Amino acid sequence: MARIESEVGTPQGGFMKWIDDRFPFTATMKYHVTEYYASKNFNFWYVFGVLSMFVLVMQFISGIFLTMNYKPDAAEAFASVEYIMRDVEWGWLIRYMHSTGASFMFIVVFLHMFRAMLYGSYRKPRELLWIIGMMIFFALMAEAFAGYLLPWGQMSYWGAQVIISLFGAIPFIGDALVEIIRGDYSISDITLNRFFALHVIVIPLALIALVFVHIVALHEVGSSNPDGIEIKNKKGPDGIPLDGVAFHPYHTAKDLVAIIIFLMFFSAVMFFAPDLGGYFLEHANFEPANMQVTPEHIAPIWYFTPFYAILRAVPNKLWGTILFAAAVMLPIFLPWLDRSRVSSIRYRGWIYKMALTLFVVSFISLGWLGMQPAEQIYVVWARIFAVMYFAFFLLMPYYTAIDKTKPVPDRVVYHG
Amino acid sequence: MGKFMKSITCLVVLMIGASAFAASGEIELEKSGNDPGNTASLQRGARNFMSYCAGCHSAIYVRYKSIARDLELNEEQLIDNLMFNAERPFETIQASMPASDAARWFGRAPPDMSLMARAKGTDYIYNFLRGFYLDPDSPTGVDNLHLSGTSMPNVLWELQGYQRAVFVAGEADEAGTAPHVFDGFESVTTGTMSAKEFDEFVRDTVNFLEYISEPIRRTRRVLGVWVLLFLSFFLFVSWKLYKDIWKDVPK
Repeated sequence: MARIESEVGTPQGGFMKWIDDRFPFTATMKYHVTEYYASKNFNFWYVFGVLSMFVLVMQFISGIFLTMNYKPDAAEAFASVEYIMRDVEWGWLIRYMHSTGASFMFIVVFLHMFRAMLYGSYRKPRELLWIIGMMIFFALMAEAFAGYLLPWGQMSYWGAQVIISLFGAIPFIGDALVEIIRGDYSISDITLNRFFALHVIVIPLALIALVFVHIVALHEVGSSNPDGIEIKNKKGPDGIPLDGVAFHPYHTAKDLVAIIIFLMFFSAVMFFAPDLGGYFLEHANFEPANMQVTPEHIAPIWYFTPFYAILRAVPNKLWGTILFAAAVMLPIFLPWLDRSRVSSIRYRGWIYKMALTLFVVSFISLGWLGMQPAEQIYVVWARIFAVMYFAFFLLMPYYTAIDKTKPVPDRVVYHG
Repeated sequence: MGKFMKSITCLVVLMIGASAFAASGEIELEKSGNDPGNTASLQRGARNFMSYCAGCHSAIYVRYKSIARDLELNEEQLIDNLMFNAERPFETIQASMPASDAARWFGRAPPDMSLMARAKGTDYIYNFLRGFYLDPDSPTGVDNLHLSGTSMPNVLWELQGYQRAVFVAGEADEAGTAPHVFDGFESVTTGTMSAKEFDEFVRDTVNFLEYISEPIRRTRRVLGVWVLLFLSFFLFVSWKLYKDIWKDVPK
């Protein structure tokens, strides 16, 4: 029996036309992939965005497999992690992938954010892109914090105890808020269950939505570049930026190299030192949570220590909490704090270069100090570096305005 | 010396120690020097653990079967030499002493050993097991240099013999109090082993504890080499691809 093609909707112009008549597949691919033009002079610092996405996917996949064997139950959680490590086929690999991935996520995200500070990627017209990025960073911190409770080790328990109690410093509503977060009068099975729900559903959904919006915003304004100039201002007769190359195949080919180099570093840690001397997996977390025994020394995992050091440097709990929150949130305002005429570090003067160096020194030092016991000498140093940290942001409108700048070229430059 | 005074002294020793050793803050630990790749040592360690430790300490995540597989023992060797308190090879290591009784007898139930090496480090356990010394005030007759007031008796005394800890007066602090500073052990009775043999015995035991704390360690290190080799090859291919695709992009 002969069929009339048009009646059943079989493609006249091929399969893709059938799809495109119903969903803008080709147009979307062109807009976001094959005809999205980004600067051709991207350097080392420009790989960390794609690496963050790569690690996020890796965390999702390894996380799904962990969920299949993990038990969010105070009586069974610790044992179920050891069950994954010892009895589940390849469970150890999945678990190490996830635990190492958490630390590497923060490494690549910190470097991604630092890239924006080097080349002024947060500046007009990318302010909203930067704010969305900061929201991703907050979501990541919440995700990591909730996830850290799940193995139900000593540091999971006491780390959560310390951080959740911070909300108690808020006047009037503090105590009630702490109870709502914990769901109990102390951290318990109930807390573990709700943190599990947050870690595997609520925050991952928020992360997917935010990353999607981050990329839509990026493709609207276009990627920045190490010269901090707009490649869209110099277009060829075909309407393509003269200094731009298509995301695919050019940047994808470059990113593939970056991903493999990243995986080599990742594998070196995951296979040969998954606890990295206690930095990626803290020693005390190999003891099950015990609410009757406080560990001698409670330190959060390394990516929270810069902010934790600021918290501890303040003698007053409420002010400590306020400064802790301020330290995390201040970078949001970078687009408006920066008054320089140029974007890129290549064309800025010595003042900004020095300020940024001091900022890096203070951030790393605070990270180290946050791991040390709260002895007087460490607290004094933490205060000094906390002042440096805040000064970088709060004095920025002044020092960037008076800083001498160099002339900016019209077209992008290599190795400048 | 009463318990209170002892803990005060201990605190002072620790505080002085903290200034003396800056970062470590405690009595310096000798390196355990164990080698988890040495199967013979792991086998001896398994024997030591089952004979001297497993009466009181469980290792509830560790299956006999996996010990046999990783330590290259057949089922007969496993059952005859290690499985004193289990019926079937897939069972995990349970202590012979009931935990509720143990808590009554010792004040607290002896901790599980599955992850002790990862929680405390091999150096700590190596020094702890060699750090018991005579203390007439303690209910067990001994105290430990590395865990003052421990409720664990010196189960290895037959092998090691008894020793005495020598403390000397250290430098006086600002208040004029001279702390007691540890100055080494003195043998009181000799054991069935020489000091060197005993160190080896403890080293093997610690080695076994490190193995059970992460049985997959050896596998992951072998696999890691292959993964890195594969990635190196893949890096070469991707680099060629990158260079080929970018060759028409003007600098």
